[in-house]
Amino acid sequence: MTLWLTLAGMALVTFALRASFLVLPPGIDLPALFKRALRYVPAAVLTAIWAPEVLVQNEQLPAGVVAIAVAWRWRLTFATIIAGLAALHFFAWLL
Amino acid sequence: MLLAVIPFGVITGVAMVASGIPPLVAILMSVLVFAGASMVASAQLLASNAPVLLVVLTTVVINLRFMMYSASLRLHFANAPLRQRLAVAYLTADNVYALMLGRFAEHPDDPGKFQYFLGAGLVVWVVWQAAVLGGVLIGAGVPPAWRLEFAAPLAFIALSIPFMRERATLVAALAAAVAVLLFQALPLRLNIVVAALAGVAAGLLVGRKT
Repeated sequence: MTLWLTLAGMALVTFALRASFLVLPPGIDLPALFKRALRYVPAAVLTAIWAPEVLVQNEQLPAGVVAIAVAWRWRLTFATIIAGLAALHFFAWLL
Repeated sequence: MLLAVIPFGVITGVAMVASGIPPLVAILMSVLVFAGASMVASAQLLASNAPVLLVVLTTVVINLRFMMYSASLRLHFANAPLRQRLAVAYLTADNVYALMLGRFAEHPDDPGKFQYFLGAGLVVWVVWQAAVLGGVLIGAGVPPAWRLEFAAPLAFIALSIPFMRERATLVAALAAAVAVLLFQALPLRLNIVVAALAGVAAGLLVGRKT
């Protein structure tokens, strides 16, 4: 039961967030501060998801640095994953 | 871009099954929620018996970025019929959004924006669902020595970096990273909620006021 409630809740809020601005009638707008705040959400939330897994000691940290450099320079997700995984195994072997 | 969907989808499938979600429910969740990061996070929360409300709250915080995408996509689909806007909403994913933004910047007056979005979105959707299904079927079958679980944070590194091109968004990301580590002792991954608030606050303080 808990699982079904969770599933329904997650599906509902996720679709509501995706549809939010797209279904607003043309005239209606949201407060300026709210829209300014939204600008920082992707950078903050996406970083908060990976930081605890990467900014720890051992081989994760140097592998993360390699991945960040690859992502910064080439912006290719698959290259970032491959470079990061390769670096993880290399530094695990090295350290 | 498609190539990156596969490892992340497989990991999401593996993570859901590993945390005790029945395979059929995991597949249903993938179709209904269609947001990998929040699915991995809630699988971990469910495994630790977190209350439903907290799992849903965490989903809201992790998926709040879709609201920003929605605001941005509205500029391109304001005159589209409601059914098309709902389809765009459902198919909005990080990589689809990034791809569309590049395309729409090059062709701002393209009359086929919806068709283009639908095409890219459906391809990503099919590949994603197939990858999740693969992950669910493999279950715990991936050798732990491959350390494939590290592909999830790597995918998020790749997704987050393009959002840090301005000073204020970079500061927001740094503040979120510091906060998420400082508050790691909080139970039930509440540090993500704190980090999201800290990042937005830092961005608002540093960013331009317009």
